[in-house]
Amino acid sequence: MALLEVEGLKIHFPIRGGLLKREIGSVKAVDDVSFSIEEGQTYGLVGESGSGKTTTGRAVIGLNHVTDGKILFNGRDLTKERRKDRQLQRDVQMIFQDPYSSLNPKKRVMDIIAEPLRNYERLTATEEKRQVGNLLEKVGLSPESIYKYPHEFSGGQRQRIGIARAIALKPKLIIADEPVSALDVSVQAQVLNFMQEIQKELNLTYLFISHDLGIIRHMCDQIGIMYKGRYVEQGTTNDIFENPQHIYTKRLIAAIPDMDPTKREEMIAFRQQIKSEYENSYRNFFDEEGLAYSLQSISDTHRVALPQKG
Amino acid sequence: MLYTLLFNLLKNMEIYSGCILLLTNTVCGNNGVRVIDLNNELLEVRDLTTSFRIEDNYYAAVDHVNLKVKKNEVLAIVGESGSGKSAFAFSLMGLHNKAKIEGQILYKGQDIANISPNKLNKLRGKEMGMIFQDPLSALNPLMIIGEQIEEILTLHQPRLSSKEKRDKVIHLLNQVGIPRPEQIYKQYPHELSGGMRQRIVIAIAIANKPELLIADEPTTALDVTIQLQILELIRDLKKEINAGIILITHDLGVVAEMADRVAVMYAGEIVEIADIVTLMSNAKHPYTRSLLNSIPTLSEEKSKLHVIQGIVPSLKNLPRQGCRFKARIPWISDSAHEDNPQMHEIAPGHFVRCTCYQHFHFPDQAEEE
Repeated sequence: MALLEVEGLKIHFPIRGGLLKREIGSVKAVDDVSFSIEEGQTYGLVGESGSGKTTTGRAVIGLNHVTDGKILFNGRDLTKERRKDRQLQRDVQMIFQDPYSSLNPKKRVMDIIAEPLRNYERLTATEEKRQVGNLLEKVGLSPESIYKYPHEFSGGQRQRIGIARAIALKPKLIIADEPVSALDVSVQAQVLNFMQEIQKELNLTYLFISHDLGIIRHMCDQIGIMYKGRYVEQGTTNDIFENPQHIYTKRLIAAIPDMDPTKREEMIAFRQQIKSEYENSYRNFFDEEGLAYSLQSISDTHRVALPQKG
Repeated sequence: MLYTLLFNLLKNMEIYSGCILLLTNTVCGNNGVRVIDLNNELLEVRDLTTSFRIEDNYYAAVDHVNLKVKKNEVLAIVGESGSGKSAFAFSLMGLHNKAKIEGQILYKGQDIANISPNKLNKLRGKEMGMIFQDPLSALNPLMIIGEQIEEILTLHQPRLSSKEKRDKVIHLLNQVGIPRPEQIYKQYPHELSGGMRQRIVIAIAIANKPELLIADEPTTALDVTIQLQILELIRDLKKEINAGIILITHDLGVVAEMADRVAVMYAGEIVEIADIVTLMSNAKHPYTRSLLNSIPTLSEEKSKLHVIQGIVPSLKNLPRQGCRFKARIPWISDSAHEDNPQMHEIAPGHFVRCTCYQHFHFPDQAEEE
């Protein structure tokens, strides 16, 4: 059984207006999304801004109200049981996008990392300090840094403090929402390598949200691509990159900057071709409202949003 | 000489006569006058040093930078945050308030580093345009889009009537690929998406057909598909207005797509300059090679990414003596570095700072050897 199963997830935000601020419509931020993640794997959620990928991630950890659908973690519905079961709360943790705003500037590193421990475990002061020391060691920071403040660290170090906080309660699932997009390339490499190391060490499962397809390919086993709140394609990393089926996926992959300057002309021609293909076959892939159809299986692992046959 | 004179005359006429000449210009394409002008130097920066005051001392964020930009060329400046690339761009435009700027910035032979603010204002926005990184903070939230673009036309072409200005704005909006320009004209920045805002910023930058365009991280805040559209737009504009472009970015993918030449900056200094093909295939400086090795590429199998040891030193702690990259490649022996690293021309047009590149290898490679 998969560790996390999301079934028919819908998150709609009401639009209020009119005389008494009644609900006059809704924004379908996430509309009927289903996916599952096996234990120990990394699942990549890709999409442009506004596609609903972050909203999905936040719903899994309980930061967004779920309109409809199930989020099953080890077979238990997070949407219903999270409030009652503290173990469920501990098992799902999050790494935030911006290491500059996700750490409280007034708190010392000690207090930042110990906060989840203080919330969920009753430890003596010495025991707590020992655990924080261990966590810091795990993320490669020196033990003396527990008395420092976040501003004394570089971006990559801060993101590692954020990771130390996320793994403090030994979670099973970590939601990483654009964990490296605020960082420089060399620092980015450091954090990505580190995330892979602790994944092996602690047998973590990641839900990795990003708009950078290069990083997604590097990190993920399974990938889901979202567009306007719906899934357009889902499959293994190979399925998506070697055999993209949906025109949106093709366009997204074609838009990635190519590292070989000698192929510039080729790329321009290739993109032109994809662009005209996109315009010509738009009707075949999107309905009247410009939304993707529901997913159809085309192989064991690969599902694409296509209109119903017949 | 005569040809250049003629060209400049033509160019000046073009600025004033607006879109009609532009149209004819595009029709004649790459033939005609332009080719003669290809090797013209547009901008030459000599020993530019920009220092900021911290407490009682000045620290150089840009340290003796020498660069040339030709017409119709995209020069990319690459580096991590803290390398001084944005400080460099702001120095060119004279946008630093309290920095100490030394050296020369020769724009068409005229030193603009030490001219009066009045004279500089005549150049900025007219002959030199800048595209800023964050379109939301570069635009005035209280002004409608149309007025913001008109503002720069009014400033440099005061004789235009309001109808002419409006027509020009609509034309510009069309040029940067904005649908329904008449409607967008009346909208406020917050009503537009990020990609659209960036197009507005570009429209402002090119309103007076600048000959030098400085783009400071123009696509960093955008999605890949929008990024591609903006890059294509800049590429088209380069052809259309025949400008020299300085592209400042940390994204090597963007560089590979856009640049003709690349300058790599580290800790305020340029450490390598080469044309794009050489840089991507045969980079020499340890910093450039480390950067190239640290990005996950689409074609590679999953492996460990290269991590550059240590951190970019802060302005106050920049190593001022010897090779500045030394501290981050400690496995290379001290004797490999120069005491006073110079730029060495190892192939025509390919410059590398310090001699340490000759002995550089990645730490894991050393184990194999």
